[in-house]
Amino acid sequence: MKTIGYIIQKEFRQIFRNKAMLPIIFILPLLQLIILSNAATFEVKNIKFSYIDNDHTSTSRELVQKFDASSYFNVVTDFPSESLASAAMLKGEVDVILKISRHFERDLLRNEPTSLGVTINAIDGAAAGVENVYINRIVQSFNTQLKVDLIQPGDATNKLKMITSIPLFWYNQTLNYKTFMVPGILVLLVTMITLFLSGMNIVREKEIGTLEQINVTPIRKSQFIIGKLFPFWVIGMALLTIGLLISKLVFNVPMLGSLGLMYGYTSIYILVVLGIGLFISNFTDTQQQAMFISWFFIVIFILMSGLFTPIESMPKWAQLITELNPIKYFVEVMRMVMLKGSNLNDILPQLIKTLIFALIMNGLAVWSYKKTA
Amino acid sequence: MKRFLGFIKKEFYHIFRDKRSLFILFGMPIAQILLFGFAITNEINNVDIAILDHAKDARTIEIINKISASKYFSIQAYIESEADIEKAFQQGKIKAVLNFEKDFSQQLIKAQSATIQVLTDATDPNMANTISNYVNSILNNYQQELNKDVKIAGQVMLQQRMVYNPELKGVFMFVPGVMTIVLMLVSAMMTSISITREKELGTMEILLVSPLKPLQVIIGKVVPYIFLSIINAVVIIVLSIFIFKMPVQGSLFLLGLESVLFIITSLALGILISTISATQQTAMMVSLMGLMLPTILLSGFIFPIASMPLPLQVISHIIPAKWFIILLKGIMLKGVGITFLWKETLILFGMALFFIGVSVRKYKIRLE
Repeated sequence: MKTIGYIIQKEFRQIFRNKAMLPIIFILPLLQLIILSNAATFEVKNIKFSYIDNDHTSTSRELVQKFDASSYFNVVTDFPSESLASAAMLKGEVDVILKISRHFERDLLRNEPTSLGVTINAIDGAAAGVENVYINRIVQSFNTQLKVDLIQPGDATNKLKMITSIPLFWYNQTLNYKTFMVPGILVLLVTMITLFLSGMNIVREKEIGTLEQINVTPIRKSQFIIGKLFPFWVIGMALLTIGLLISKLVFNVPMLGSLGLMYGYTSIYILVVLGIGLFISNFTDTQQQAMFISWFFIVIFILMSGLFTPIESMPKWAQLITELNPIKYFVEVMRMVMLKGSNLNDILPQLIKTLIFALIMNGLAVWSYKKTA
Repeated sequence: MKRFLGFIKKEFYHIFRDKRSLFILFGMPIAQILLFGFAITNEINNVDIAILDHAKDARTIEIINKISASKYFSIQAYIESEADIEKAFQQGKIKAVLNFEKDFSQQLIKAQSATIQVLTDATDPNMANTISNYVNSILNNYQQELNKDVKIAGQVMLQQRMVYNPELKGVFMFVPGVMTIVLMLVSAMMTSISITREKELGTMEILLVSPLKPLQVIIGKVVPYIFLSIINAVVIIVLSIFIFKMPVQGSLFLLGLESVLFIITSLALGILISTISATQQTAMMVSLMGLMLPTILLSGFIFPIASMPLPLQVISHIIPAKWFIILLKGIMLKGVGITFLWKETLILFGMALFFIGVSVRKYKIRLE
């Protein structure tokens, strides 16, 4: 026990001695949490809207006015011709072009069907879909208004059967993205720091040659490993604590579930990450290799975690791969406990899988660590 | 010049000797682009939902059939009471519940109007919003079928045209992004440790007493990696064209040139990190922790930059990846040439010069 204590003391000293590393471990992640959480939004806003008005009547102006009034669209310009409009689209200056044909008002007054041409930059397919919905809504409300304004109060509208859907957004009525993203980004930062640090730690001693010195001491394998990993476990928990404070104080993310459950789960989760780090450390000779491999896994873990893009949309085989992704479970647990107040029973499947990962990864890591060089 | 060539040769030897790193350098980008190209999409399909049908009449069954026939939803459960909703959300098994009111059909006949509640788990706001939009459009279609006998006059119809990506494929959005992220991080990471490594292993002293000038050392360090990264870029572009069917509407030559420019910018950034950090560990942590998330989040790879708060839009200007993604999309999807893209090209060029300039200035010719 005493031996472990000394190793831990040595590790902490090494960490805190490196003045360049301290800000990277503690300040950089939290700064990113504060800044980048604002960036992660799928909301489609500030759509650059332009139009070609060939009609120039009060009705066509009224339609444009409706787009101007909507908070989603920024009316950029009106183009005199289609070629100018498409050139602007190519340059990326506009996202949407609305083309109002000549005789737009006249046709409407004559009760002839009129059409509007809408061109949408669809490189971001999902955003284009949303823009389309917004445009549809505006045109529909314009339509209903028309019925009142232009058409005599006929009986046609009264015969219409209407099915209304009432959307109810649970847990997040205002559809605030930050409450969704902050817990997820916090997970990433905790994972990245602990994985990179543990992945490079032992291999560094290998590369510099100090591992040999430790190997000839009477320190046992298990003592060495526990002594090496414990400081990073502490750092991970500390990061989680500060991150949770920030999410409460800066972003006002609710904490509906139990804090104890959160910490209990995290303490097991970090063991998984440290196990992976140690495993990588054992199988590499230089810090460079360790770094490349940790980078490879972390990018896969991040993008396949369901944090930024939904897992449900992935093909079946990719969904199966995500089952092996520890970050996925942590992100799920974090969001469930914080935002929905899920209890131990609800997160039991995730907890059990994480526990199994922890056992397997640490088992492999300890087994593959050899005291002989 | 001969000395300089000798130095470059040494750098090549260093890289090719480490077979494991080499394997990682070439294998990983391929594995990642294949995996992500197929898996990463923000389209929303197959959402698991539950039905709470108080009416259970012909109309509601018709609507439920329509919902389950669409590719967006898969009905996982039929629940009986409002009390079960909370439980289902907390377990995280379903994302939405459709709640049909009692006497749905009677309401539709008597009052001409009936309502459906769409309860969504809005912890994921994007998902919730999209679900509610999808349900709405399915209901609208159904409503039109119901009303097909009623004539309405003077309607404005919309004719949409989705340009550059008519099928709204997610791949067109994500493949350029993945290409950028992989190239950026691999290039910056590779060079970020190149000089620090010499410092840490003690061989820096030997380089310093050699007659090589700082600029020569820095360029010599970068050159081999330019070759490696170009091979990577070619492999990635070939994969995205043949496997993901990305079009190249513009000039392939320009695409190649811009890729080289971006690679040089990323390598220069790596060199800059390398000259300012003392240990490999610091260099790697800076290049990974400092570059990974900002590059993923602020480059427009996943999240649209136009929707971000203004300060972040300003910050996004200093992310090289943002400009390269614009270039890639411009050349591959829009088919525009340099006349449209000179600004982005110039910005990347300026960044590369800046990074190299600062690196040369910061390069210390004395050991501490």
